[in-house]
Amino acid sequence: MGHVQPDLNLSPKVSDEVRKTTCYMCACRCGIDVHIKDGKVAYIEGNRDHPVNKGVLCAKGSAGIMQHNAPSRLRAPLKRVGPRGSGEFEEISWDEALEIATGWLKPLRDEAPEKLAFFTGRDQSQSFTSFWAQNFGTPNYAAHGGFCSVNMAAAGIYTMGGAFWEFGQPDWDHTKLFMLFGVAEDHDSNPIKMGLGKIKERGAKVIGVNPIRTGYNAIADDWVGITPGTDGLFILALVHELLKAGKIDLDYLARYTNAPVLVNGDPKSPEHGLFLKDDNGKPLVMDRVTGKLTPFDQPGTKPDLSASYRHAGITHKPVMHLMAERYLDPEYAPENVAETCGVPAAKIKRIAVEIARVAFDEAIEIDQPWTDFRGEKHDKMIGRPVSFHAMRGISAHSNGFQTCRALHVLQILLGSVETPGGFRFKPPYPKPATAHPKPHCKVTPGQPLDGPHLGFVQGPEDLCLKEDGTPARIDKAFTWDNPMSAHGMMHMVISNAHAGDPYKIDTLFMYMANMSWNSSMNTGGVMNMLTDTDENGEYVIPRIIYSDAYSSEMVAYADLILPDTTYLERHDCISLLDRPICEADAAADAIRWPVVEPDRDVRGFQSVLCDLGAQLDLPGFVTEDGSQKYADYADYMTHHQRRPGIGPLAGWRMGEDGLTGGRGDVNEAQLDSYIANGGFWSSHVPDEGLYYKPWNTAYQDWAVEIGLYDAPAPFLFQLYVEPMRKFQIAAEGHGERQPPEHLRARLKATLDPLPIWYPPLEDGHVDPEEFTVHALTQRPMAMYHSWGSQNAWLRQIHGRNPMYLPTKLWEQHGFKDGDWALVTSAHGKITVPVAHMAALNENTIWTWNAIGKRKGAWALDKTAPEATKGFLLNHLIHELLPPKGDGLRWSNSDPVTGQAAWFDLRVKIEKVPAPDEAHPVHDDITSPVGQGPDELRWKVGT
Amino acid sequence: MHPAPSIIAFSTFSGLGLGLLFWLGVASSAPTGWVAFAFFAIGYLLAVGGLVASTFHLGRPERALKAFTQWQTSWLSREAWCAVAALVTMGVYGLFLVFFDTQIRLLGAIGAFFCLMTVYTTSMIYAQLKTVPRWNTVLTSILFLALSVAGGALLSGRVAIGLVLLLIAGLIQLVWWQIGDKRFAKSGTDMKSATGLGTIGEVRAFEPPHTGTNYLLNEMVYTVARRHARKLRLISLFLMLLLPVVLLLLPFSHVGAVLALLSHVAGVLVSRWLFFAEAEHVVGLYYGMR
Amino acid sequence: MTQLPEKTERKLGLVIDLDTCVGCHACVISCKGWNSENYGAPLSDQDPYGGDPSGTFLNRIHSYEVQPEEGPAQLIHFPKSCLHCEDAPCVTVCPTGASYKRTEDGIVLVNETDCIGCGLCAWACPYGAREMDKAEGVMKKCTLCVDRIYNENLPEEDREPACVRTCPSNARHFGDLGDPDSAVSQLVAERGGMDLMPEQGTKPVNKYLPPRPKDQLNEEVDMLAPLLAPVAEEPKGFLGWLDKTLEKI
Ligand SMILES: Nc1nc2c(c(=O)[nH]1)N[C@H]1C(S)=C(S)[C@@H](COP(=O)(O)OP(=O)(O)OC[C@H]3O[C@@H](n4cnc5c(=O)[nH]c(N)nc54)[C@H](O)[C@@H]3O)O[C@H]1N2
Ligand SMILES: Nc1nc2c(c(=O)[nH]1)N[C@H]1C(S)=C(S)[C@@H](COP(=O)(O)OP(=O)(O)OC[C@H]3O[C@@H](n4cnc5c(=O)[nH]c(N)nc54)[C@H](O)[C@@H]3O)O[C@H]1N2
Ligand code: SF4
Ligand code: SF4
Ligand code: SF4
Ligand code: SF4
Ligand code: SF4
Ligand SMILES: [Mo]
Repeated sequence: MGHVQPDLNLSPKVSDEVRKTTCYMCACRCGIDVHIKDGKVAYIEGNRDHPVNKGVLCAKGSAGIMQHNAPSRLRAPLKRVGPRGSGEFEEISWDEALEIATGWLKPLRDEAPEKLAFFTGRDQSQSFTSFWAQNFGTPNYAAHGGFCSVNMAAAGIYTMGGAFWEFGQPDWDHTKLFMLFGVAEDHDSNPIKMGLGKIKERGAKVIGVNPIRTGYNAIADDWVGITPGTDGLFILALVHELLKAGKIDLDYLARYTNAPVLVNGDPKSPEHGLFLKDDNGKPLVMDRVTGKLTPFDQPGTKPDLSASYRHAGITHKPVMHLMAERYLDPEYAPENVAETCGVPAAKIKRIAVEIARVAFDEAIEIDQPWTDFRGEKHDKMIGRPVSFHAMRGISAHSNGFQTCRALHVLQILLGSVETPGGFRFKPPYPKPATAHPKPHCKVTPGQPLDGPHLGFVQGPEDLCLKEDGTPARIDKAFTWDNPMSAHGMMHMVISNAHAGDPYKIDTLFMYMANMSWNSSMNTGGVMNMLTDTDENGEYVIPRIIYSDAYSSEMVAYADLILPDTTYLERHDCISLLDRPICEADAAADAIRWPVVEPDRDVRGFQSVLCDLGAQLDLPGFVTEDGSQKYADYADYMTHHQRRPGIGPLAGWRMGEDGLTGGRGDVNEAQLDSYIANGGFWSSHVPDEGLYYKPWNTAYQDWAVEIGLYDAPAPFLFQLYVEPMRKFQIAAEGHGERQPPEHLRARLKATLDPLPIWYPPLEDGHVDPEEFTVHALTQRPMAMYHSWGSQNAWLRQIHGRNPMYLPTKLWEQHGFKDGDWALVTSAHGKITVPVAHMAALNENTIWTWNAIGKRKGAWALDKTAPEATKGFLLNHLIHELLPPKGDGLRWSNSDPVTGQAAWFDLRVKIEKVPAPDEAHPVHDDITSPVGQGPDELRWKVGT
Repeated sequence: MHPAPSIIAFSTFSGLGLGLLFWLGVASSAPTGWVAFAFFAIGYLLAVGGLVASTFHLGRPERALKAFTQWQTSWLSREAWCAVAALVTMGVYGLFLVFFDTQIRLLGAIGAFFCLMTVYTTSMIYAQLKTVPRWNTVLTSILFLALSVAGGALLSGRVAIGLVLLLIAGLIQLVWWQIGDKRFAKSGTDMKSATGLGTIGEVRAFEPPHTGTNYLLNEMVYTVARRHARKLRLISLFLMLLLPVVLLLLPFSHVGAVLALLSHVAGVLVSRWLFFAEAEHVVGLYYGMR
Repeated sequence: MTQLPEKTERKLGLVIDLDTCVGCHACVISCKGWNSENYGAPLSDQDPYGGDPSGTFLNRIHSYEVQPEEGPAQLIHFPKSCLHCEDAPCVTVCPTGASYKRTEDGIVLVNETDCIGCGLCAWACPYGAREMDKAEGVMKKCTLCVDRIYNENLPEEDREPACVRTCPSNARHFGDLGDPDSAVSQLVAERGGMDLMPEQGTKPVNKYLPPRPKDQLNEEVDMLAPLLAPVAEEPKGFLGWLDKTLEKI
């Protein structure tokens, strides 16, 4: 008979239509092509033209169809009918919901706006939500940055006007050595993977510094399985070696950093450690040519790195001098840090050699002339092709701010920031701390707040303290406890509100944050605080309003639920005013738009805020005649202007001669243009401005032209961060605003203007002899926090999470496959399944983050493995450190920024008989949306 | 491999039934009339019942007829043809015995041949699979044939030859187990060849692709504890061989004979359960399970 | 028809780079999405929101730990789908002819309307590349996206498998492995592409690029030590160090 085969239709119809929008299965914001069949979502793939993902899509993005159709979607506004935490609700109309909300909020605004705490979690519309909060007049607004990675963001901005995170990226196309610190996945999920792919394709080298060798670290050519919390020391040892060998870019340092800036060296002076400045407040340097003091930015100046300046009996030394003194000290020699870091000295040296070799022996040149801010013309761009990226592994420690600073300083010493092959900013960055707003907290009943809530303090005078010195904000951000808390401290809101410290609030209004579960430390405690009642039987936190799109654990704890749409059903704005989608080569912003209409009684949260704002008569939300200003969020996106000519969206604005990008008037058809263009807008940086952005005239002019700023603003990298020194000076007793006594010593020690390392604070509060093991979490690439578990496809990949143990602990305790362990911290206990992993730091255990679920949440069956075998590490972590006998409860966060120190956790472990379920076990909650079906045969077309 | 009851029942009972039909086909003087009817009925019940049971395990039993098309390459298809050939020839042969008191010897011989061929083709479905090293040997076919013929002999009342065949089958079974235990290691397929990573070092499965189960794990990655398996082998051998032999060596009684037969069948069922349960598919390597 | 073609005109397949795969599962889900909506019956899921969820997938990512004799353990993410074997045992065992290998490109497919769901082909496949769909009762396997790679309704650049198109780290490559000049063949030649379970005699078309040698910086290299030679043997204060450093550059 031989071979016969059927005829196949090789060109079946793919879909009726492709609608292009922006993914929101995580904060990476890739462009997606949504294939529509019969009006329904049939298939989602990456948009090839999109600047972020260029066609690729991650697992979560591809599984968007399952999220969009998840049975856990909320269906209508909900009013709580059972006790808090029970999950018992009744569906109500939007009119009733808004009436309730207005009824609660209106009196607050008129009498005490601070009694509303509005915190917005994983918000991608912070410029809008903060605008709303500012107009309401409460000082109590922030998003999730404080518990996420403010150390990284703040250290970057204070040091060099931008950070890794989503503010910059390695020069993937040119780098020859890439070093990755403490990253499992990150926000730039697809770009990092694409970048690693490019590096691998070229055969360039990747070094992964991480106690755990999975994912990106698994493909790293070299692995440094560092002891958690010690990266700062490791980095400073690299700095030590490089300085000692003179392998630093002195020319770069002299030109573009404050290394030559002169610092007051008189210990008795109240200005000790501050910069020598001219009358205009410009830091001064010595000019190598004239030998005279000059402002750093004087055209033609050649700053001298070595010259000191003596004046009125005070010696002023350049920053470089202070750095050399500090880091050449044998304290930082590899031999002296090796044991603490768990990295052999030889390996530290070997890595230093590799960095030096690639940076200086393999330097690259790009034939591209450019002109710097001092007017000097350069005919080439010189690259030091060593690049770095880092995230929460170094930032989510209580020494994280200084560690992130240390890494930035290392990069700068190499001259590899904003040079080819190094690290590149994404517009609107670079933007130095001084160009950002300062925090504002002045409350006037019935009036808006006096300015933006969040910002970058320059000294004690900028702290958010009331007249009596007590914190102005409910989260105690910008106080002596953590003066530079640039993102607020969402993780402290519930516990402070519960304690009435610094004051009581009335309504807690939250959006998109699963605070009664995976985004809180001390999860069990938080549940108690949310349900605790006072002597009158009233809830201690009187009212809770929450907006979620799904039946999360948090829903059960709210009194009023404002159900959001899914990401395919609403307008959204990924704006240059807040966290845009720019790449190093281009400024870009994007939208989401309803590619399908909701089939439930739900509404986009931002649109609801437009309504609520109008009903509350908030100035930004009503017109002069008192009517509603923005019909919905789409209307706001089109018509709102922050500054004349600058709106939420920069694309297709109305210019003098037709449509233009950047600055321009309102264009009624702007959203149509976005949709026609695939949902995004981008504007390319001119070739001359592609590198050296902070000092590059071409870049600065372009940035002004498209409205990133109003005048060129070149600046120097701050190896030495003077504002930190100002807090130290206050702690030393100078100045009007003085810290409380108990904080003086800590401020002096930790707010060092040059990077330092100190052990994670938890080490000083728990007994490291008893709790010898470090415990970490990592994000799984195929799951986004708690959202992923409602996804029928993704939950098959990560339906439960074992605790991974290194070989040493595995053997020491005689564990076998299928065993369980009791894991104890100073704060709590969990009993969980264990598994063995060899490629792991020998004193570290870890698990996947946020796989564990509460029974009854997410429309899952109560027997779901997420709820029976899955678990949260959060039960072991407290927002406060254990008492130390000094009568104080120190918070478990970075003393500089208040960043939650998730990864400082220390535990002990023992083998126990397998229980029926992972412990602690919580009561189930009633699902407000029922349960999902028994089988899926998903296909929308025929 | 997952010991699916339908397949265990199918292969055991059809083997037995075909064994009986084989003996009826080659009998020097086959029974006729009602006696023949009884024998043939039992044979068909077992053989056809077994075949029907095997369709329970199909995802699309209504399309079972399509299985006849690929006799050129597929042992399952060949089995289907052989089964039909065996049942049809033996049917005609039986018809003549029951109703016409006539034994058409040639037809009987052809039928018997197809009975054995059916058992053989069944065995080849397993024996051909390189992916299951324990099965992948000619001994598998010999074992299937031996058990079928021995069981058939018992069922057809051939005590003496039955005893001999029982002993032979038992011996083959023992050898098959013995050799089978080493076949996976000898197959050359291991974690290193499966992943190609052996040149770097010792390979260990870390995270599986999915935390729950799937078709592959359910179907192909079944594990029995070694201790448990040993015990079952003894039980199987005892039931399949020892007990029937003892019972048959006792002075003949119908009860004894029936008990011997039942014991044998039970023993074969246990052996067949082990046949699947102990068989390791190389895909288990990918899951670090073997 | 379950006879294998004498030979195929092309040998389309995938080349998977184990040095680059970060184990993100993107290819798993894009495959699930595409193949639920396209070729044949949807890939079903059982108990999708319950205690024991499972479902049909055509591509899965394993991960292995490898312990070399020297140096730390390594972790390798390991994608696995049908390897479109030249001597595909899954085809010859099929009793119905549902399983076949295409003459023009060597793609191994299941004609679902002929499949009786006997499972034999899955038994015959050493790689676990076939999964029976529980809801539909038919065998499912990677189609090499045969309904994409020639699809005239897709833009030319999209005529590649869904998993290849989506792979963020570019660890999956698609092409004709029968043509020694093709990009994939060159890649295989350069990087020493390997077969899985060669002893099974299936002659897989898909190839795996082995991980590059790791942890090379553990080895002492005196040769490079001069790079870190101190600027000044005994740095006499900052200025001494700085002078020397400036000289050096
Ligand atoms: N142990 C441990 N805990 C951690 C971390 C850790 O590393 N280890 N990481 C911390 C960090 S960095 C973060 S950022 C937090 C994250 O924690 P969360 O901010 O709580 O993040 P999610 O779990 O994503 O929850 C966000 C909520 O948004 C809801 N949601 C999803 N889509 C929409 C939508 O379209 N509209 C609305 N209105 N709601 C929606 C979800 O249903 C969910 O309830 O976790 C923190 N917790
Ligand atoms: N798929 C997916 N992507 C996400 C998210 C998600 O939930 N899922 N969440 C998003 C959010 S909100 C955030 S904040 C980012 C966070 O992105 P990441 O920063 O990648 O966050 P984590 O997964 O917490 O990874 C922390 C890493 O640091 C390592 N680590 C811990 N302590 C140390 C240490 O002391 N030193 C070093 N060197 N390493 C250490 C851990 O092993 C882990 O690999 O990811 C974003 N992207
Ligand atoms: S990384 Fe994945 S989930 Fe995040 S936006 Fe991109 S495609 Fe969506
Ligand atoms: S991998 Fe398996 S299913 Fe694919 S052709 Fe080879 S044997 Fe057949
Ligand atoms: S399951 Fe289907 S494709 Fe596989 S062998 Fe049986 S009939 Fe053929
Ligand atoms: S080629 Fe197509 S069917 Fe095969 S694994 Fe990739 S996406 Fe799935
Ligand atoms: S998409 Fe690429 S990197 Fe991700 S698991 Fe698949 S092959 Fe690996
Ligand atoms: Mo985060």
